[in-house]
Amino acid sequence: MAEASYPEDLLYHPEHDWARIDVADPAVATLGITWYAQDSLGEVVFFDLPAVGASVSKDASYAEVESVKAVSDVIAPLSGEIVEVNEALADDPQKINEDPYGEGWLVKVRIADPAEREQLMDARAYAATLGG
Amino acid sequence: MPSTLRRTALHDQHVAAGAKLVEFAGWEMPVQYEGVAAEHRAVREAAGVFDVSHMGEIEVSGPQALQLLQRLLSNDVAQIALELDGGGAQYSVLCREDGGVLDDLFTYRLDTDRYLTVTNAANHERDLDWFQTHARDFPEAQVVDRIDDYAMIAVQGPLARGIVQAISDAPLPARMTAATRRLAGEQVLVCGTGYTGEDGFELLCSPADAAGLWEELVRRGAVPAGLAARDTLRLEVCFHLYGNDLSTERGPIEAGLGWCCREDTHFIGADAVRAVRESGPREKLVAFAIDGPGIARQGNLVAGGGEVSSGTMSPSLGVGIGMAYVPAEHAAPGTRLEIDVRGKMRRAVVKQKPLYRKGS
Repeated sequence: MAEASYPEDLLYHPEHDWARIDVADPAVATLGITWYAQDSLGEVVFFDLPAVGASVSKDASYAEVESVKAVSDVIAPLSGEIVEVNEALADDPQKINEDPYGEGWLVKVRIADPAEREQLMDARAYAATLGG
Repeated sequence: MPSTLRRTALHDQHVAAGAKLVEFAGWEMPVQYEGVAAEHRAVREAAGVFDVSHMGEIEVSGPQALQLLQRLLSNDVAQIALELDGGGAQYSVLCREDGGVLDDLFTYRLDTDRYLTVTNAANHERDLDWFQTHARDFPEAQVVDRIDDYAMIAVQGPLARGIVQAISDAPLPARMTAATRRLAGEQVLVCGTGYTGEDGFELLCSPADAAGLWEELVRRGAVPAGLAARDTLRLEVCFHLYGNDLSTERGPIEAGLGWCCREDTHFIGADAVRAVRESGPREKLVAFAIDGPGIARQGNLVAGGGEVSSGTMSPSLGVGIGMAYVPAEHAAPGTRLEIDVRGKMRRAVVKQKPLYRKGS
């Protein structure tokens, strides 16, 4: 995806992560990294899949993405338990660059504390943190 | 980006091409343009062009130029030939008395008593100081800092020779030789060297001529490539990067660079290098490939001793690769290693160098 975009149906964490609350089951959220994050990283060459069943804590690292040059922590925007990981990224980690809000999703979590959602930003507020 | 960073003569070209610029050794340099994978592939399959103007140049001239360089450089500088049409090129290391490596360098012979040595950006000032200090023992040798007089452009890849030939006024120098040519009308020192494992040239020209030369090369199909691709390309062919694979903490024998050390020339550090060569190094720099997922990085520790000096994902091979200093008894190709990658033990195998060969 060549141009910056920040979909309005997502919630954003200042560490450049997003959460999409499942429409059918609001107790589940899909997590990923933002366009800005993948653009800063450059081409992702490795995503080390976390384990289903692992706990994630809001504001803490739950996985790593690696570009050619560097390793970056992925910060959880919400706390919960991982119920699904995007297995396709094992072979095609560049989907994180190509489609960060779609096929490049990272994990799905069962949300531990729905109130945490209130601390996240909407698209407009997040985009404003990026400046220029 | 701090405003104190130095910019090369090609800065405007990088900005216009949409490069991502980063700080590197005090310079603002393009780390990538369109993307590392595409730039890497262009160099392996066609031709890429790199701005390496951050590298420094030191010219040594005069009746004692050879004697001074023989004292400083590990290789036998007397072996650098001079033909009617140009001079030879030679790789060497610069050692301290204890054998620790201060830099790794290419030296080109420009004339009977005139040599040009290319330094790594981060080491240039230290190298220059080292050259000047030891030049006091050789009053008939002059050491001149030429960093401001040269821009440096590397054109690399199987199509590089044809692209450069098409704008040259005369046949191009062979590998490991250098000659002055007119390229697109401008005087350029054309060097048959590189840092990618591919055929190609390193072009040293006046900074004022660099933009025109760059644009001509790009117009003829050379793909702008950044420092990130330069790193993946060099690591696939196991070329050393100073600061990663070479440092003052280790000597050239440990680094596998005994082939460019001629102790009988009595270079500074020769006694220390000879001692390690004769007793055998305790550690050796090996190439490895990760067996499975993951990428080891510089500083990761190897179980049983040793550490990774360079690591990346190989675009050509599709696996994590790198180089590591390991105990000499673990250095044979085929040896299995375990590397602690941020708390996860990753299995790796010691490989023959280079990791990548044409057609592999």
